[in-house]
Amino acid sequence: MKKQDVPQDDANMLEGKFRVVKYALNDEGEFEKVPSVGWEPENVALSQAWDVIHERVEAARQQVLRGERSPLAYHMEKNMMDADLLARHVDLPARRVKRHLEPAGFGELDQALLERYAEALLVTVDELKQVPR
Amino acid sequence: MSQRDLVIPFDHQQSAHCETGVISNLMRFHGLPVSEPMAFGIGSGLFYSHMPFLKLNGIPVTSYRILPGHIFKRFARNVGVGIKRMKFREPLAAMAEMDRVLDQGLPVGMLTSVFYLPYLPKAFRFHFNAHNIVVFGREGDEYLVSDPVMDGTTRIHRSALMRARFAKGMPNTSGRMYFPTRVPTDADLRAAALKGLRRTARDMSTTPLPMFGSKGIGYLAGKLRHYERKMGEKEARLALGNLIRMQEEIGTGGAGFRFIFAAFLMEAAKLLQAPVLREKALEMSRIGDQWRDFAYEAGRLCKGRAATHITYDHLADKLSAIGRQETAFFKQLHQLARQL
Repeated sequence: MKKQDVPQDDANMLEGKFRVVKYALNDEGEFEKVPSVGWEPENVALSQAWDVIHERVEAARQQVLRGERSPLAYHMEKNMMDADLLARHVDLPARRVKRHLEPAGFGELDQALLERYAEALLVTVDELKQVPR
Repeated sequence: MSQRDLVIPFDHQQSAHCETGVISNLMRFHGLPVSEPMAFGIGSGLFYSHMPFLKLNGIPVTSYRILPGHIFKRFARNVGVGIKRMKFREPLAAMAEMDRVLDQGLPVGMLTSVFYLPYLPKAFRFHFNAHNIVVFGREGDEYLVSDPVMDGTTRIHRSALMRARFAKGMPNTSGRMYFPTRVPTDADLRAAALKGLRRTARDMSTTPLPMFGSKGIGYLAGKLRHYERKMGEKEARLALGNLIRMQEEIGTGGAGFRFIFAAFLMEAAKLLQAPVLREKALEMSRIGDQWRDFAYEAGRLCKGRAATHITYDHLADKLSAIGRQETAFFKQLHQLARQL
């Protein structure tokens, strides 16, 4: 890849925080580090991946509002976790976490466990108990 | 636990990839200037594998490099660098040990999860638990961070760093940290580069099993050809998007690794006074260009077939052509490296 061919397709993925570097050939035929603001196919693939995540979060939110799952399910999806990964973060068997994803199981949680979940999911206990309307 | 402010004079240089960037920055600090491509080549970082049975966040793993952490291991072995590595059960113990090493004036490398690094752009923050950074000081409740993919240094709050160091997943980061204990500033980089080069050429051309080494590219091409028939249009597009992410995203390196390797070959040509390696560098760069073409066309198909004439068959043909070229390339390099 030549220096002038290093892609500069900005889709604000880097939020203007920094540019990444790519190795490319300069006019002297040597490699050098060239800054790039992004590249189209990578932007497409990233936004596609985020669309999937947002769909899952929204689906979970709807399920919570319909009373089919507990708010824990929404916050779990929001943290891009599944029951297994969440279980490892709170140090519980996955089976128990799956139970807490149901409204009835969630209702049985004591303060200590609520705090453990809240801390693992980067929210307060109050936030953990609800979903945005 | 000591909490006095502390800044170790650490020369941060931006790199294309985290692990090789950390190696290069740490070595320079300890008096052994090694560029990122040199670190990559000496550590035999380049590889290829497509493992449909191994999933990361539910996505089959396609890797353009050896396992995380192994570049540093091989680099250290080939150069004769001594490294102290530690992992922990207790987050507080991990932080205390990091503070202790910082107090000795030594920058500390560590494994983190990008999901928990607030200073990184949101779009890149997936549960990727193999991101390497260096901590080189502390001020109040914050630590000073050299994250190799960034153009400048940054800061992170103590509690955020603790969380990033103790993420669960594949792998658990387990507070893993490391720092050089012995760096031979008169190391024979020629011998090390040659060792690294031979290893890469050998592993790419002779690793058994269809999914590893340069033939793994053809293996993926064979699977890709049937994506749409097997998964349906929507799922196939998602799978294709995941392939591109594996190839191009920060941290996984992807096609970018072909260019870093090309840069290594070019540096090695000078170091070893072997002009033939310069030819190989340019050849590798052209192969890297084809990886980029592939990703570009895959990206268009990802957006939706209506927008393009590109088919999965076409992409598979392209990929298998790349596979054939890499196979020939590394076979030649394997023979060439024996004569150097």
